[in-house]
Amino acid sequence: MSESLRVKSSQYIDETTRVSFKFNGTTYYGFKGDTLASALLANNVHLVGRSFKYHRPRGIMTSGSEEPNAIVQINPNTNRTEPNVRATEVEIYEGMEASSQNCWPSVNFDIGGINNFLSPLFPAGFYYKTFMWPASFWEKYEYFIRHSAGLGKSPTSNDPDIYDHRNIHYDVLVVGAGISGILAAKNAAKNNYKTLLLDEKSELGGSTIYENNESNKIDNKISSEWLKKEIEELKNINNLEIKTRTSVAAYHQYNYLLARENFTDHLDKKDKTNKIRQRLLKIRAKKVILATGALERPMIFNNNDRPGIMLSSAIKKYSDFYGVACGRKIVFFTNNDSAYESALSLNDKGIKVEAVVDIRKQSETNLEKRVIDAGIKIHWEHTVVDTSGYKKLNNVSIMKLSNDGTSVTGNKISISCDCLGVAGGWTPAVHLYTQSGGKLAFDEDKKIFIPNKNNSDQISVGSCCGDFKLDEILKNLNEKLKVFLDITKTDFENITVHNDQEMSKRNIWLLPSDKALGKTKPFVDYQNDATAKDIKLALREGFRSIEHVKRYTTTGMGTDQGKLGNMHALGIIADTAGVKMGELGTTTFRPPYTPLTFGTIVGRNVGKFFDIFRRTPMNDWHVEQKAEFENVGQWKRAWYYPINGETMDQAVQRESKAARESSGILDASTLGKIDIQGSDASEFLNRVYTNAWSKLGIGKCRYGLMLNEDGMVYDDGVTTRLDENHYLMTTTTGGAANVLGKLEDYLQTEWPELDVYLTSVTDQFATASLCGPNSKKILKKIIPDLDLSDENFPHMSFKEAKIGSIVCRIMRISFTGEQSFEINVQASYGKDLWEKCIEAGKEFNITPYGTETMHLLRAEKGFIIVGQDTDGTMTPVDLQMDWIVSKKKYDFIGKRSLYRSDTMREDRKQLVGLLTDDPNVVLEEGAQIVSELNKKPVEMLGHVTSSYFSPNLNKSIALAVVRGGKDMMGKKLFIPMEDKTINVTVSNPVFFDQTNERLNA
Amino acid sequence: MFVINCPYCGERDQQEFKAGGEAHIERPKQPTELSDDEWAEYLFMRKNIKGVQYERWNHAHGCRKWFNMVRDTSNDEIKAIYKMGEKPPSI
Ligand SMILES: [Zn+2]
Repeated sequence: MSESLRVKSSQYIDETTRVSFKFNGTTYYGFKGDTLASALLANNVHLVGRSFKYHRPRGIMTSGSEEPNAIVQINPNTNRTEPNVRATEVEIYEGMEASSQNCWPSVNFDIGGINNFLSPLFPAGFYYKTFMWPASFWEKYEYFIRHSAGLGKSPTSNDPDIYDHRNIHYDVLVVGAGISGILAAKNAAKNNYKTLLLDEKSELGGSTIYENNESNKIDNKISSEWLKKEIEELKNINNLEIKTRTSVAAYHQYNYLLARENFTDHLDKKDKTNKIRQRLLKIRAKKVILATGALERPMIFNNNDRPGIMLSSAIKKYSDFYGVACGRKIVFFTNNDSAYESALSLNDKGIKVEAVVDIRKQSETNLEKRVIDAGIKIHWEHTVVDTSGYKKLNNVSIMKLSNDGTSVTGNKISISCDCLGVAGGWTPAVHLYTQSGGKLAFDEDKKIFIPNKNNSDQISVGSCCGDFKLDEILKNLNEKLKVFLDITKTDFENITVHNDQEMSKRNIWLLPSDKALGKTKPFVDYQNDATAKDIKLALREGFRSIEHVKRYTTTGMGTDQGKLGNMHALGIIADTAGVKMGELGTTTFRPPYTPLTFGTIVGRNVGKFFDIFRRTPMNDWHVEQKAEFENVGQWKRAWYYPINGETMDQAVQRESKAARESSGILDASTLGKIDIQGSDASEFLNRVYTNAWSKLGIGKCRYGLMLNEDGMVYDDGVTTRLDENHYLMTTTTGGAANVLGKLEDYLQTEWPELDVYLTSVTDQFATASLCGPNSKKILKKIIPDLDLSDENFPHMSFKEAKIGSIVCRIMRISFTGEQSFEINVQASYGKDLWEKCIEAGKEFNITPYGTETMHLLRAEKGFIIVGQDTDGTMTPVDLQMDWIVSKKKYDFIGKRSLYRSDTMREDRKQLVGLLTDDPNVVLEEGAQIVSELNKKPVEMLGHVTSSYFSPNLNKSIALAVVRGGKDMMGKKLFIPMEDKTINVTVSNPVFFDQTNERLNA
Repeated sequence: MFVINCPYCGERDQQEFKAGGEAHIERPKQPTELSDDEWAEYLFMRKNIKGVQYERWNHAHGCRKWFNMVRDTSNDEIKAIYKMGEKPPSI
């Protein structure tokens, strides 16, 4: 098993450091610098996974991020496990474990493989067509589909690694450090641009760096030697930063790019701890140079997916960069010259190349001659019609192509081999370019999409813009850089470049076989198992848009986003439908270019940093008292204070009773507070609230209701007139920021003539709300010299006072129906104030209560909570709050909408009270309300918005919105639940103290 | 992610801003004089242009000022930014 296929020492692999790793349970050895793929190939392991739908054995196809097959789970069953990792990208380290992902129970024996023999039953759209009906069967289907698909497993325990985010700014960002990117970055930096150069690989230099071919020369040196000198010079340039193992995931508008910098994935286990694993770079660049290169295309022929069938360029890289032979008997299959370079390179290293199968007519270029001289047979105008070998390729069959390329003739030739290198030409990697909003143009001659028009400051250089030959790459790069960087010359103006003149390529998107298409398996998308047949079927069934064909056949929808096969899919569609590829357009490439870990996306925002939360100054006291908390917007509010193991219900009943019988205290610091000043402050309030404000005396408070322009209730709260031109507005806790934003909007854009200034002071004050019949006595103890008589300090008024030297603002206002005092102090004194109140209230059994009791107490009084009893569709009239809508005011926000035909309807949902016939039954909030039980379909009149058991009334109470509810007083309605129907009677929404006697008792 | 040139603060990242919909829709001075249809026109009707659109933006996490922007919605090119109350440039 572990026969070594190392061919020759490679300068990029550290052969002195042997690394052991496990793949599917077997231990193998590789060298430092190997990727998992190169190390497996060195051990003659090609079979790495099973395909998604048919579970066909699949092998390593590429040497980069475009890999569709070799998708593995790293370190399975550990908390560092990661699914969907490309074996061609991940570097091995001592002790690493990896396993095949899409196979069960094992890669060698895969139960799902039976789908392969059943494949006539699995055409395009199979899942859509079959599993959609009957709908009730979906759960059963889903179980089997999910189980046999198995797209990796997510970790089940916390990720131990550290992730980071960083914002960085550059004059020039260069993406891709191949020969074009290196020269671009060097010339940018040398001309005083602060420059960043990124590459996803561990080494700079792209594919040129391991080029040993005599046919590509710069200044009479082999191109790799020349480039090494250039890379050496980069070290001496000051304003150039280089990051390797860094892949750009997204390119957004305005030159905003996201890149993932990888620090520890290649390190040994012991070196990984306490280091940042990956960092998300948020890059703003004034100028961007894309040098993202090109991806080699496969070719689409029958059984083109067996382990051992690889891209020609990948075979070359494994040999030249990693020093690994991908086979002992290799055949190349090509439509262009690049396979010849691979063949020569392998031949130089003593790897046997059996033959080159070329679909083009015979030619006699230099390159071909050298291949023949090396004793390699060339089969001109031939195509592969079939391959064999279930888990590993062992044979290819070839036949002569007809002149038009649509059929084959003559005898079948069989070639025994263990590896087939496929060279279908090159596809410029334009993914990032299109993400940035750039538009593509189709080059009919080269059959490629190339960058055309974009509106950010960027250029594409090198093979990602369609330049494939070294001389044209460097010539065009030179001209483009001078314009883009606004410089008169580059430092490579005068080099001499030599490369063999290629003969042009011959493009056939779908190669013929001697068998009918229906009997063949020409895969277009390896990861999603979509074949050329599927695409043709989709077209026959009437799909025309490329986006529709993509979704129907799932072509290009895998984790690789179809980097290899998308062009062929387009080509086959164009050929079949008889349209031009340029007119067809491409599918959209979406970020990320390669998958990102969740860790990278969230960075440091994990655990308690996941979201922002706000705590009141009294928070520590609530914690000490073991209060339960609830989230209200970003606030953590005390919800209830259980004692002696009380349930929430028990605690709330106790708190509610205490607040009405003696005294309660609520932390109301979270209420939004807006300080309003200016000579037009009163006029401003007149315009934003439904009621009148001009006549409110200084030192008085008033409740206000705020609408949206559509007439719907938006917020409510009490506003106090502190002085002639000075008000303090309170808003709901959750609505504070939005209310401020809305008021600013009107002030700045509609009424700039008003002299009004708004300042948020929510965080500047802490508020303790004392309530209950003994609240006055408690306040008297704290501030003995304040006259608390109803004459001096009546309900709905305000006093400024001092507790010792601390200034406080006291409002006598009530949200519970009891006498209440809201004491506001500077936030830093909040806890001190609270403790003083608790101390003074001890003899009156002062009871701290939380938001739940507050809600119950106000429901007893029928006070609404905006956002609970309203939902953005309720007018003040719907809420039976007509009393607060001024008839006299000419205008206020939302006034006109109250007279629209729709808001005037009598049968709108209106707020009512509900009493259950059985006073012990508490309704569920959200429960639906009906008037006739037997009517079908059931007519739903509305729903319960607030519901509690009232300890002070000793019965169940509820608020609800009911269609036409205003006129239903006393009417019997029904609430059908799953197990029973509850009978209710419509009532006044004010259940407790309807005459407000307690406010002044 | 745009870079927006706040007329009061200068260039800032888009995440500091809030979009506020179509610009130059003035609140009627006398809403009560309007018919339901006229009021609905003000309240609900927006053009949502593909192409050059005049819109409102707020530097919500900055100076809190509202301003206007001319943006080509087809490619997100920001063509002009001007203060509230200023005459819209013709593009
Ligand atoms: Zn600003």
